[in-house]
Amino acid sequence: MIIELGHYALVLALATAIIQGVLPVLGVRRGDPSLMGLAANAALVCFLLVAFSFAVLTFAYVTSDFSVKNVWENSHSLKPLIYKITGVWGNHEGSMLLWLLILVFFSAMVALFGRNLPETLKANVLAVQAWIATAFALFVLLTSNPFARLVPAPGEGRDLNPVLQDIGLAIHPPLLYLGYVGFSVCFSFAVAALIEGRIDAAWARWVRPWTLAAWTFLTAGIAMGSYWAYYELGWGGWWFWDPVENASFMPWLAGTALLHSALVMEKREALKIWTVLLAIMTFSLSLLGTFLVRSGVLTSVHAFATDPTRGVFILAILVVFIGGAFSLFAFRASHLKAGGIFAPVSREGALVVNNLILTTATATVLTGTLYPLVLEALTGDKISVGAPFFNMTFGLLMLPLIAVVPFGPLLAWKRGDLAGAAQRLFAAAALGLLAAAICYYAVNGGPVLAPFGLGLGVYLILGALTDLVLRSGLGKVAAGVAWRRLSGLPRSAFGTALAHIGLGITLIGIVTVTAFETETVVEMKAGAVVDVGRYSLRFDGMREARGPNYTEDAGHFTISRGGVEVSEIWSSKRLYSARRMPTTEAGIRTFGLSQLYVSLGDDMADGGIVVRIWWKPLILCIWGGALVMMAGGVVSLSDRRLRVGAPARARKALAQDHDGFRSDRPKIINVIDSKG
Amino acid sequence: MTRKQKRLAIIGGGVAFLTAAVLLVMFAFSQAVAYFYVPGDLAKAGVAPGTRIRLGGLVEAGSVKRGEGRTITFTVTDTLATVPVTYTGILPDLFREGQGVVAEGAFVGGSPVFVADTVLAKHDETYMPKDVADRLKAQGVTLGGEENIR
Repeated sequence: MIIELGHYALVLALATAIIQGVLPVLGVRRGDPSLMGLAANAALVCFLLVAFSFAVLTFAYVTSDFSVKNVWENSHSLKPLIYKITGVWGNHEGSMLLWLLILVFFSAMVALFGRNLPETLKANVLAVQAWIATAFALFVLLTSNPFARLVPAPGEGRDLNPVLQDIGLAIHPPLLYLGYVGFSVCFSFAVAALIEGRIDAAWARWVRPWTLAAWTFLTAGIAMGSYWAYYELGWGGWWFWDPVENASFMPWLAGTALLHSALVMEKREALKIWTVLLAIMTFSLSLLGTFLVRSGVLTSVHAFATDPTRGVFILAILVVFIGGAFSLFAFRASHLKAGGIFAPVSREGALVVNNLILTTATATVLTGTLYPLVLEALTGDKISVGAPFFNMTFGLLMLPLIAVVPFGPLLAWKRGDLAGAAQRLFAAAALGLLAAAICYYAVNGGPVLAPFGLGLGVYLILGALTDLVLRSGLGKVAAGVAWRRLSGLPRSAFGTALAHIGLGITLIGIVTVTAFETETVVEMKAGAVVDVGRYSLRFDGMREARGPNYTEDAGHFTISRGGVEVSEIWSSKRLYSARRMPTTEAGIRTFGLSQLYVSLGDDMADGGIVVRIWWKPLILCIWGGALVMMAGGVVSLSDRRLRVGAPARARKALAQDHDGFRSDRPKIINVIDSKG
Repeated sequence: MTRKQKRLAIIGGGVAFLTAAVLLVMFAFSQAVAYFYVPGDLAKAGVAPGTRIRLGGLVEAGSVKRGEGRTITFTVTDTLATVPVTYTGILPDLFREGQGVVAEGAFVGGSPVFVADTVLAKHDETYMPKDVADRLKAQGVTLGGEENIR
């Protein structure tokens, strides 16, 4: 009964979404505030309905109700509670419901926190959100119903794919969806602006917090997914340039570009049309990612052709929304007035370079991801485009961007002083070179690109710090004054610095692991010892163990350094009973920022076992850098300029605000005044 | 600089960068992608030694030799032809005789032995790498558990 209620709530949510998508737009046309006001309430109701529906499905999983087909296919009564819950989105139907839930969650957030948006803009934005929600609610109901029943109900479920029975599944998909579904808000704002035919700096300011929030979540989701693949799959790889990974990486790249171009638009009213286009492109890439992952087209064009309902449905959504938005853009873009002008060498110019490189890089990733599909459809040839392709194209294209990053914050708006900025970055660049040289001598030659990449990372971190040092006047004025200036800087300055520092840290991690990791494959019998870098591992033997729904053979290793035992590692192979499926549970031990990674292989005829051991130097920098980038996003989000409802409060604050660094503010305030 | 010159500088720089990117992508496509073959294709395809390819097919029953050190040898078949493969390392959990497999690597020198550096078998015990299933079906090999091949 409760299951049918959940299903019914989803149908009601669809109806609400249709109302939310139609009436407010009519309200805007007729200038009827009550119809426009409907949008916010409808968005909240829609969210509650989908949330209820999602809760019902979760309930079915927790109580192991195998009369629900979806639960039977993906759950097992012996599964630990946490995996029963995460199993809700560990399958196609449930994950699409989560997608929808997060979409309507963002609509509800816009409804709640958008109180000081102009009525018409808010009504239009929520209407566009509702169109997307309608499409996806239809998709779930018509092609991917998670509430379908099984008669008679089986006694036991088929269990969740063991690879997914991990805490990573609890965190990774929700974060990823919060990220790339979050960009729907930017898309809706862009489409609403095109419908209204009016766009200004205030628009950029309203969009920016949503972009920042979505970007922060997406950064977290991608980093989390990468770490999950690293420890769960047992191959020691942290990024595979797999199409599924690319599907989430492309919106991230485009979203990063959007974050930067919205900045130009907010401060200088330039790049308006471009920013709108980028907002549309970013969410289009999110939709494309959903299509790639959910339609089955990736495994093969032919698989897609044999079971086309889902794929064709998402493809239709893709075509309608992307095509519709781009057509609207083509018709309306000429109505948008071009904004301020600037010299090529200026903060705007640097941000344009950022956008140019990021979008080009996105395009190469897109080409590499789609090319095999296109080629197979056209000629039948099957190819795999893997890491070598992406390293050669994406990797090379990112180099100039990294060189330019520290210049951006040091250049003035409108017209910058390139020589001056270069002079200020001299110390950072010199120290970067020094780091490269030290690395080169320390490893005695080795790959030439590695010290170069390392130096670039150091330069990036120091370059970001240079901006903060210069702005505080550290070293030129008394420490107290510098400290006061530093604490007076807007939060977004720290956000920028943190994000750029994070990028540098990630770069250092990537370069070090790629160039200096070691891999050892050995046969070991109990008591055997193998040296890996500065550590030596002793294999102590195997032990059988039993988990709730699996059995495992675990190997024990003792790690010593210089003859002293420092740590131990358990590495195991599991066999999940319901699916008779083996998995490798790698043993990982962290030393500082580096890790020792041990995987077990085949049993030998003579009683030994094959062991694969990696030394991963500085690997934690890869994800640590992502954490720092996220921190940058959060700090920027807390900047009072962007805080939700900032326009109203900022106006009051301006009266008492004399500290000078917000000299660009009155202009923006005027824009808001004239609207509100 | 006049406004027009500024715009030209920006557009010129952008076009130059985009051109470089397109050339780079084209170069990478000619160098860094791996074509997929099943054993029966190899005779007529004439793959040059050293060229990276993906070799797919079924692991021939009884062909896997392991437990003799770290290097494992097995034979990949599409029932028309077979290719011997060597691989050093740990095979994926789901590698089985009679099951589908994709090995990535190259033929070295003039040897008929395929040296794989990556062996893929996917996340589900009934899963057949789709590329393999398609090609085997095209060659008339019937596979058990057809409905699982998705």
